Parts: sequence; C-alpha cells; structure tokens
Amino acid sequence: MYIYDEYDHAILKQRVAQFRDQTERYLEGSLSEQQFLPLRLQNGLYVQRLAPMLRINVPYGMLNTTQLRRLARIARDYDKGYCHVSTRQNIQYNWPALEQVPDILHELAEVEMHGTQSSGNCIRNITSDQFAGIAPDEIVDPRPYCEIIRQWSSFHPEFAFLPRKFKIAISGSESDRAAIAVHDIGLQLVKNDAGEIGFKVLVGGGLGRTPVIGSVIREFLPEAHILTYLEAILRVYNLHGRRDNKYKARIKILVRAMKPEVFAEEVEKEWAHLKDAPSTLRAEDITRAKGFFTEPAYEALDDSAAQTQLDNEKADNIAFSKWLERNVRAHRVPGYAAVTLSLKPTGIAPGDITDTQLETIAELADQYSFSEVRTTHEQNIVLADVKKSELFALWQAAKSAGFATPNIGTLTDIICCPGGDFCSLANAKSIPIAEAIQRQFSDLDYVYDLGELDLNISGCMNACGHHHVGHIGVLGVDKKGEEFYQVMLGGNAGNNASLAKVLGPAFDAEQMPAVVQNVVNVYLENRTEEELFIDTYNRIGISPFKERVYAKAS
Amino acid sequence: MQKLVKDGVIIENQWHIMPKPEADQSAEVPAGPTIVPLGVWLEQQDALQQRDDIGVWLDSDELAEQIGAQANKLPLIAVNFPGFMDGRAFSIARLLRERFGFTGELRAIGDFMRDQLCYLSRCGVNAFQFASDDVDLEQAKKSLDDFTEFYQAGVDQPLPLFRRRTA
Ligand code: HEM
Ligand code: SF4
Repeated sequence: MYIYDEYDHAILKQRVAQFRDQTERYLEGSLSEQQFLPLRLQNGLYVQRLAPMLRINVPYGMLNTTQLRRLARIARDYDKGYCHVSTRQNIQYNWPALEQVPDILHELAEVEMHGTQSSGNCIRNITSDQFAGIAPDEIVDPRPYCEIIRQWSSFHPEFAFLPRKFKIAISGSESDRAAIAVHDIGLQLVKNDAGEIGFKVLVGGGLGRTPVIGSVIREFLPEAHILTYLEAILRVYNLHGRRDNKYKARIKILVRAMKPEVFAEEVEKEWAHLKDAPSTLRAEDITRAKGFFTEPAYEALDDSAAQTQLDNEKADNIAFSKWLERNVRAHRVPGYAAVTLSLKPTGIAPGDITDTQLETIAELADQYSFSEVRTTHEQNIVLADVKKSELFALWQAAKSAGFATPNIGTLTDIICCPGGDFCSLANAKSIPIAEAIQRQFSDLDYVYDLGELDLNISGCMNACGHHHVGHIGVLGVDKKGEEFYQVMLGGNAGNNASLAKVLGPAFDAEQMPAVVQNVVNVYLENRTEEELFIDTYNRIGISPFKERVYAKAS
Repeated sequence: MQKLVKDGVIIENQWHIMPKPEADQSAEVPAGPTIVPLGVWLEQQDALQQRDDIGVWLDSDELAEQIGAQANKLPLIAVNFPGFMDGRAFSIARLLRERFGFTGELRAIGDFMRDQLCYLSRCGVNAFQFASDDVDLEQAKKSLDDFTEFYQAGVDQPLPLFRRRTA
C-alpha cells in the first residue's frame, strides 16, 4: 500500500489549513455562499436534504486497519455512528456539522486520508479493481499507476475548474471489474507483442442522464507517456467542453459532438507538444511506485491440502459451501483466497456500516488478511489475502458479525444510491425499494440458484446507483409529485459493457417486488442450463419480459 | 487609482481595460496604457503595433493561439474570468507561457477569486486585478502561498515531484 513521505504529509497539511481558513471566512461572512461552494465540494463536502454529506476518498479502494479504525472513530464522534460505502469505492458520512469538517479532515490527514477532489468539477478519486494484485486474470497490477495518477491529479493547478466532474478508472486484468467503459477516461493496462506495458485509452463514457459507452482513442499508449497524454486530454476538454449547460458539460458530450476520431486527433495534436516533457515517467519512477505495492508476506502453503480440508468442511456445512461459492474468489497465490464481506443484509441501506462493524472488520483484517481491506464499487468490503485453511474460522466470525450473507453478485447484492431519504436531488426514494426487493427474495437458495444478477437502483437520472448498467436497472421518477419507478433490462458494467433498455411505463413502489419477480420468472422459464440472466436476456430480447410484466399489471 | 497584486506586491494599476465594443460601436482605442480586447487587437494590429502601451485581453472562449507567436511583442496579456467557475483561463495562461514563451505581465481580470491565486500563479499568471474594489488585497495575497509544495509540473516548477523526490 502507498505510504506517505514528508512531501505528501506537507501538502495534505497545507490543504487542511487552507480549508480551515476558507470555512472560517465563510462562517464569518467574508466568503460568499457561491464562492464557498466549489471550495467545499473540492474537499468532499456536499450540502443535501437533511445535513451536509462528507465524502472521503479511498484511493483505488485500499484501506489499512488503522484507517478503518479512524473512520469508525469519526463515525462515532462526529456522526451518528455509521457511514456509507459509495459506488465509487469511497466512504461517505451523512451527518457531519459544517463547523467540524476541518477537524474531521485533520483527523483523516493523520492517517493519510482526505476528501480532496471527491466532489466538484475536478479530477475525482481514481478507481480500480478491488482484486488488484491478487486476481488470477491480472495482466499488470494497476495500483502503482493509480497512485502515480492520483498524485498527478491532486491539486492540479490547471484542472480544478473543469466544465464538469471528471472520473478516471483503471483496470489491469482481463475481466474488467472497474467499469472503465462508463468513465470519463477508462484505462486498460495491456502488454504489446514485445511485452511492453501500456494503456488502451477510452474516453467519453459515463452514466448520468446521457449514458454513453466510452470510445477507444488509442489502442496502445506506452506507460511512460501516461501523464502527458492525460494532460492533453484534460486540456482539450478544459478549453472546449461546454460550459453553458451543466447537463451537456461532461466530456462524453464533447467527444460525441466532435466525433471520437476528431477528438482523438485533437488530443494527439496537443500531446505532440507535451510528449517527452519532464512529466514523462522514467523506468525508475515506475519502479519506485511499484515498490509500494509489493506482496505481503505470503507463506508457502500446500494448496491441495488446504483444498481437501475445505472440501471436507464444505461437505459438512451447506451454508458454508454457499458462502464459499458466492463470497470467496480465487487468489493468484496457492493456499490463499479473497473474501467479500457483504454489506447488504436485508433491512440495511446497501453499503451502510456502523462504527462497531468497521472495528470488527478491522479485527478480522488484522487476524486474517495482513491488516488491509478494499472497498468495492458494488458497496462491499474485501479481505484480499485470506488463507484457505482459515476460511471456515473467518466465515464463523463474519457470520456472527452479520457480514456473511452469501449474496455477492446476486439479485440481493443491490447497488443503491441514498435516494429520497437523504438526497435533495432525488425524484424518489431508493433504499425502501431495495429493501422490499430483498424481502421478496429472502429465500437464499432461490437467489443462489438465480446466479449472477446485478440489480441497480438510482433515485434520479443522475445515476449514482448505476441503473443503466444493471442487468436489471431501476430509476426513480417523479410524476406530478408522486414517486414512480422505471424498470430497465440488459445493462452490463463489465467487459461487454452495454446500457439497459427501458421496459415500459413506470410502476409505483408497491408494484416493484412483483415486477422484479415477473422479470425473474421469465428468465427462469427460458434459461438454458448454463445461461446467466444477462445471457438469456441477450438471446430472447426484451419482448417476453415486457409481455409478462404488463400483462399482469394491466 | 485601483490597486492590484503583481509579483506578490500590491501596486497601483496603470492600465485601462477597454471593454469589447458593441456591434455598432466604433472601436477607437484611447490614449494611455490600454488593455484591448483580442478582437480589437486583431483588427487594428498594424496601427497598435506602433504603440508600446498596448496590452491584449483574452476572454475565456478565445484561444492562446490567436495571439500565438506575437505574444512576446506585447508587454501585457490579460486573461478574463466571466465567472470564477470558468476555468479556461488556467489553460490559456499556461499555453501563453509554456507554448508561446510569453515573458511579460500575465494578468488575471474579471470574476476570479482569492482562493484561485495559488493555482493561477502555478499556471503562469503573475498579476491579479480583482473586479471588485472591496477585496482586501493584503489578505488576498496570502492565498498565493496556500501551497508551497506540488505534485505536478507547473510554469513555476517544470519538474514534477517524482523527479525531485528520487533525485
Ligand atoms: C446524497 C447526495 C448526493 C448527491 C447530491 C449526488 C449528486 C450527483 C449528481 C448531480 C450526479 C450527476 C452528475 C453528472 O451526471 O454529471 C451524480 C453522479 C454520480 N453519483 Fe452522486 N450524489 C449523491 C450521492 C451519491 C452516492 C452516495 C453515491 C455512491 C453510492 C454516488 C455516486 C455517484 C456516481 C457513481 C455518479 C456518476 C454517474 C456518472 O458516471 O455519470 N452519489 N451524483
Ligand atoms: S441518483 Fe439522484 S437521488 Fe440518487 S444519490 Fe444521485 S442524485 Fe441523489
């Protein structure tokens, strides 16, 4: 994991002091509401329906247990005892008092954390694969590059007042778990025929009210040039992105208006001036970054012995075997596995976590996983390096703490935004819909049999809940002051990224569990042995779903 | 006379900013040190080149390339902020310095705010003329030093931190 040196600490300290001064000037009245707005946003502070919301960056999802315990303490001392894991791997507090935010940021800076650029029209936290460094299908570990780009983008003087927010995601594996196609810039690490490392560069993806899949503007950018190339993209966007209409200000609109090929040419032209500047990475710069992401002290383990033991434990315990199947993933290193702790038990807002739960997770990580955890964009938490021989013990501990719901990747592992309960932009509530659907599908065996099925819910078209890329997407809409829900099918966030299609007219909240049930029934009746929901959908199309759902409804 | 911050010091403003002429107005450039709109300068370049007290201001939808290689013939170029959320001036300033080698006074004008001074100066702006007279310049110029260490290269520091760290 990256460790701050005196430079990082000095810069962050100045940032905390700067924001403390800005907050004081705002409270005493010398800084106007309007001027304070972008400044507080760039420190993570939103003002929403009930209270401010403070978003803390978790760079590419990595946290150590010292940080987890500090987050727990902040939840207890400054908030109502809980926080929220967001769909961009970040942590959000829902009830901090404005006057105390500088103190919170100070407490965070002590453990090398901050809210810098977690909101506002700037380059946001870089996101990546929660299984980086351990996934068997990894081509190149993305984390050193995430860190290099994090530093480059932090306090970047030229790009702090962009037309709109700007999100970068990096994937280093064959299977894309970072949703790079729906980011402003998506970077896929690749190796060319000569074995050299580089990036495939996508731009102009995004969700929100105009969902777009990103376009490839460069098939292979040698790793040394990543910063100057990013600088070229950002400069073209900063100068030419629309500023007259905030709904047309994202880079996806510019790329579409210019055509991706023309946009790519503009970037190449700009880059011709910047290429080989001092920001070009030398081999030793990359080596230094890689030095922070070395392997933990793995033991040489006998994988087959561990596997035999697991098989025995499995045979004796169906619940354990289900959990293994859904919540445990293969690890690159023999004898180890990666475990996802579910933050989605029924009845809790997806991604919500209390101070004591955070501390429990810290204990589990200390005991079983080298004192590190990762947050996921599906709003769960991963223990990445668990010995297979200790999985059973970990399962028991996780179960008694309530993190062992074996629903990872299933219908009840719902991605859901805060919605009308917390968010001032919402058209409709989203958390109660998630809960109602979880109750409808409370039979774990049934859910388990459905296999992989992403259900994503947003309370408005800003798409914080990624509804466009859910296999089933749900969008809250407002009709004459009443809350309704539009259902869409066929979205996909991974390698074959696609956007969901609207099923038809919207439903009211009470209808939603039955509607989802109908959709699921059509799948069950039509699927072949090996088909997942999305495969069946892609084969039979939307009509059978439409017929069923609306036949019953009318 | 209005004051401004230049090179970290508060000084008297010597320059008059000429507004963009309306469509039917004549674009007569007054005597005395004047910062003219880009459009006026482009139209009257031949005449204005005879004077050494002419600067040019760029609006946020204009491009550094429109002055380009001519930049160094000017004593002063200003970048305008129609609103403080409009961050194009940051890129324009940087291009004037880094691509077109401008070494004269680069002045921020319009509706920028104190909290942008540090980043603006990293982009090569060295003079700050606030639109409002109410701004306390002594206080405001403190923001120039909000940060004293930086990760990325800038006009002020061409080497990114990673090059200086491992040196
Ligand atoms: C409750 C306060 C919140 C407010 C006021 C808010 C506001 C917004 C707005 C206005 C957008 C649209 C921006 C655009 O499309 O240009 C947006 C997008 C987004 N929000 Fe939120 N949000 C909130 C909470 C959250 C939470 C809790 C999450 C994570 C669970 C989240 C994740 C996202 C994501 C991932 C996007 C990006 C969609 C895209 O790529 O365009 N937001 N948010
Ligand atoms: S999708 Fe809409 S309702 Fe949900 S958090 Fe985002 S802005 Fe709020």
